[in-house]
Amino acid sequence: MSFIKLLFLVFASSAVLSAFMMVTTRNTVYAALYLVLTFFSTALTWLLLEAEFLSIVLILVYVGAVMVLFLFVVMMLDVNTAATREGFVRFLPLGAGVAIIMMLEMSLVLGPKLFGLDVYPAPVPKAADYSNTEAIGSVLYTVYVYPFEIAAVILLVAMVAAIMLTLRRRPETKYQDAAAQAKVRREDRVRMVKMESETRVADIAKQGDGA
Amino acid sequence: MAEFLSPLLNLFPEGLRELILILIQIMLVVMPLVIAVAYTTYAERKVIGYMQVRIGPNRVGPIGLFQPFADVFKLMFKEIIIPSAANKFIFFTAPVIILFAALVAWAVVPFDDGWVIADVNAGLLYVLAVGAAGVYGVILAGWASNSKYALLGGLRSAAHKIAYELAMGFALVGVLMASQSLNLQDIVRAQSGSVLHWYWLPLLPMFVVYFISGVAETNRAPFDIAEGESEIVAGFHVEYSGMGFVLFMLAEYASMILISALTAIMFLGGWLSPFQGTFLEAAFAWIPGIIWMFAKIAVLLFLFIWFRATFPRYRYDQIMRLGWKVLIPVTLVWIVVEGVAVYFKLGPWFA
Repeated sequence: MSFIKLLFLVFASSAVLSAFMMVTTRNTVYAALYLVLTFFSTALTWLLLEAEFLSIVLILVYVGAVMVLFLFVVMMLDVNTAATREGFVRFLPLGAGVAIIMMLEMSLVLGPKLFGLDVYPAPVPKAADYSNTEAIGSVLYTVYVYPFEIAAVILLVAMVAAIMLTLRRRPETKYQDAAAQAKVRREDRVRMVKMESETRVADIAKQGDGA
Repeated sequence: MAEFLSPLLNLFPEGLRELILILIQIMLVVMPLVIAVAYTTYAERKVIGYMQVRIGPNRVGPIGLFQPFADVFKLMFKEIIIPSAANKFIFFTAPVIILFAALVAWAVVPFDDGWVIADVNAGLLYVLAVGAAGVYGVILAGWASNSKYALLGGLRSAAHKIAYELAMGFALVGVLMASQSLNLQDIVRAQSGSVLHWYWLPLLPMFVVYFISGVAETNRAPFDIAEGESEIVAGFHVEYSGMGFVLFMLAEYASMILISALTAIMFLGGWLSPFQGTFLEAAFAWIPGIIWMFAKIAVLLFLFIWFRATFPRYRYDQIMRLGWKVLIPVTLVWIVVEGVAVYFKLGPWFA
């Protein structure tokens, strides 16, 4: 067994194991962390496939951004662990059934019959200066430019929709207008009053005497 | 470097040599880094001291030079206190994660032409991804401490890191467009010519945004709301004492140095001499590139300290506004401008 194969087995088993733990663990923060581990292991298996761009982007996007937001929400929840356990046994047969059907379907399509080494020979290892990023980029922006742009537009629409859903005017809430704050000059806030200095009544009386 | 070590390596069996070489290279980077971290803390206290018309540390050793070691020994022998309701496993894992992220990015940082542990093609992406993984240390430390202050610190950090990571990523897109490469060594080589060829000039907004985001990413003043002494005591590491606290500090200063090194590589020409292309080039040719690299890192580190002594801490909503509404739009606009410049091959940078 070569070293690469050993690495693959380690990463793949860690991915499967952590995915399993993510579903079965009772602590929601642990579940999120197991999902992070799953992403990491998957990214490392991709790295073995010389897909360094996708692998690093998987870590960057899912581990670095998506899961951080997940943790953000999960950390603030005070989840009753007993309540989440309640339905576990009841829904176990259904979940197991779905899982088995999915496994069967995937093994039918991805099995050695259609994706075996004789159908798809193992790719030749690329030279050290081969840039996977460049290869993906040049295909993505030429051959697949329309699907790529359409996917981007769909994402944009989803983003706009999500923002619109949460956007509601609340007249009772006070907002800060940073531009207005920055624009304020001294004249808007402070009024300079020029006044003649007053003289004491006694002085006026004295002046009167003198005159 | 490999030739220099070959007599030593020959002592080991064939299969182990590469592993030993890598281990030696890692030690060559990590040991100086730890010393640099120690003396960055000293420099910070000294510089801020002088800025505030104080002397700063001056008791341990000549002009206080052994102060960092005194601090480390003090912290090492302190009792480690574990909050009774803390999640012990994550409580101890969090500082390890944050330190891991601060150290592992150094693998792709070139100190001179060819002086790098791993010459990775996607080095820029790797640095971003590792930085993203470092957020977990802060968030988990906040959660595992089971303290309200710590949790608030962790949440604040999660929100602001995502905002500034985006700005940082966009700034790096600019560097990628200019250099046509993700390899950090190629990025430096693409800047050779003169000081005016370095990317700080054509990518000035990116440079500023990157450095601001870098200050925010490392949780340094004025963006240190995750710690925020005045409102949440010490934020995510309020419950840590002794070695746990040392690891957080070590990671913070190591990532400060890392951000400085990356800024130097991507915008200030890395190991390139600032006299390149002028009549002084030959006169200064004897200085090795690594010295220039260190000088640039030192200047940027000084900026970190200067910021801390100058600016008051941002309010949380101000940080969010700056990240989302100022820095990200600035980078987006400059990417378009740069795209036009690249299309028309605007010299000398994009030719």
